[in-house]
Amino acid sequence: MTTAHATPPGAALPEHPDALWRDAEPQRSYDVVIVGGGGHGLATAHYLAKLGITDVAVVEKGWLAGGNMARNTTLIRSNYLWDESAGIYEHALRLWEGLEEDLGYPILFSQRGVLNLAHTEQDVRDSVRRVEANKLNGIDAEWLDPDEVAKVCPIVNVSADIRYPVQGATFQPRAGIAKHDYVAWGFARRASDAGIDIIQDCEVTGFVTDGDRVTGVRTTRGDIGCGTVALCAAGHTSVLLDMLGVPAPLQSHPLQALVSELLEPVHPTIVMSNAVHVYVSQAHKGELVMGAGVDSYNGYAQRGAFHIIERQMAAAVELFPVFARAHLLRSWAGVVDVTPDASPIVGRTPYDNVFLNCGWGTGGFKATPGIGWAFADTVAHGRPHPLIAPFGLDRFVTGALVDEHGAAAVAH
Amino acid sequence: MQLIACPWCGPREELEFSYGGQAHVAYPADPAGLTDEQWARYVFFRDNPKGPFAERWAHSAGCRRWFTAVRDTRTHQFVSVGPLAGSEATP
Ligand SMILES: Cc1cc2nc3c(=O)[nH]c(=O)nc-3n(C[C@H](O)[C@H](O)[C@H](O)COP(=O)(O)OP(=O)(O)OC[C@H]3O[C@@H](n4cnc5c(N)ncnc54)[C@H](O)[C@@H]3O)c2cc1C
Ligand SMILES: [Zn+2]
Repeated sequence: MTTAHATPPGAALPEHPDALWRDAEPQRSYDVVIVGGGGHGLATAHYLAKLGITDVAVVEKGWLAGGNMARNTTLIRSNYLWDESAGIYEHALRLWEGLEEDLGYPILFSQRGVLNLAHTEQDVRDSVRRVEANKLNGIDAEWLDPDEVAKVCPIVNVSADIRYPVQGATFQPRAGIAKHDYVAWGFARRASDAGIDIIQDCEVTGFVTDGDRVTGVRTTRGDIGCGTVALCAAGHTSVLLDMLGVPAPLQSHPLQALVSELLEPVHPTIVMSNAVHVYVSQAHKGELVMGAGVDSYNGYAQRGAFHIIERQMAAAVELFPVFARAHLLRSWAGVVDVTPDASPIVGRTPYDNVFLNCGWGTGGFKATPGIGWAFADTVAHGRPHPLIAPFGLDRFVTGALVDEHGAAAVAH
Repeated sequence: MQLIACPWCGPREELEFSYGGQAHVAYPADPAGLTDEQWARYVFFRDNPKGPFAERWAHSAGCRRWFTAVRDTRTHQFVSVGPLAGSEATP
């Protein structure tokens, strides 16, 4: 049918681009149901497909990757202190290095390095220790004095007369940033092409259980039978675990970030400071991207308090006087699931066929391919992959915590 | 920034307060009798509801007293505040 309406000037838009994945309808049952269509759920789907497991659904209560995946500041690094963390984060970084090829999709991964500033003698000692630990784990790491810091990032204020003078920094050259949306879309596209159903607008509201097994998930679009359940719900994990009656040491907090207006390229790397409490990079388009720590109280509202932003800006201007005249363009928040030792919780639950992946808190974007890979292997073989075995729920009973507060403090 | 109604000082700006997490977590009556599992629960596990939550707050830049509040974690809005013992603040 043709219409004779005259098109108003400016209304002749290009065709909407083809969708990158199928927007699937729920089937009656699947071998694997992944709850949560953020980065981790989608990456898990992709690596399950690579293992030949494609009778899989990713169920997402909102739109694809509209949670923390859409809200994070995309810092990727692996310079954590402990061997357990080095294992999973470095595995992820190696996968990032080949991910564009694997997905056949651009993700704008830019390895521009990260400086973690030290401002006190204790900071210096902790940082040097972390550099040595990183080297022992085969992770690129260097200790830089203030002059060397200024060479890597000329706009950092390394003068001695500021409140917290820069005493040096650790540097991981292979760290970087990527385009978070493209990463999610790349994983979704490959998973969907392999036959996996991505079901948006489908909230899990309960579970059908039979003894120590879950036989189905109740959703706003009907019940879906399942062989195995893989939980990837990040900040909402407690809500799901409460439905199963499984306690976990998680607290959901607002985590905010902000961007400036677009600027000329001024900032060549990533700078983080735990003591002054801010981190900054410059995105590909030119906006300065900044973040800091969580808002102190529990909250699921995807918004935080403005005084947190104000403090973050004060810290940024102290370290980067050149930012004083930049304008804040917008700020936003996600809901992050924080654990007592700042390490994730991954592995078994009291239900035989339910596996848990949560607790990445403020820093799980960098882990996306690594955890997707290890979690898929875990689901496929019905036991925790060695890389994630140290991160089980049982560590809070055995006391074998993986305390990464030092390396993870100012969020990521 | 929201105003928080300190039971002693009245409404004050949020940044005067510090957060103390879940309220009514009692120290174990018989600490020596606890299993590792029970200790883990006491030390590390706290409720994390999406909805009303009874929690401790301290007016640290004001009267420096602790109190109990019920706050809705979906909206961050305070539902009620009461003094520390505050059984009236239990949801
Ligand atoms: C402001 C901010 C900055 C950050 N910066 C960094 C950073 O620089 N580097 C870094 O490594 N990490 C960072 N993070 C952390 C990172 O974003 C998260 O750790 C990571 O995204 C969590 O994994 P995910 O992508 O799967 O989570 P999400 O994208 O949150 O995915 C979880 C999904 O589960 C869905 N869901 C929840 N409940 C249900 C249900 N009942 N039924 C169906 N679906 C459900 C949600 O809607 C959501 O889409 C940041 C986070 C925030 C908020
Ligand atoms: Zn007071």
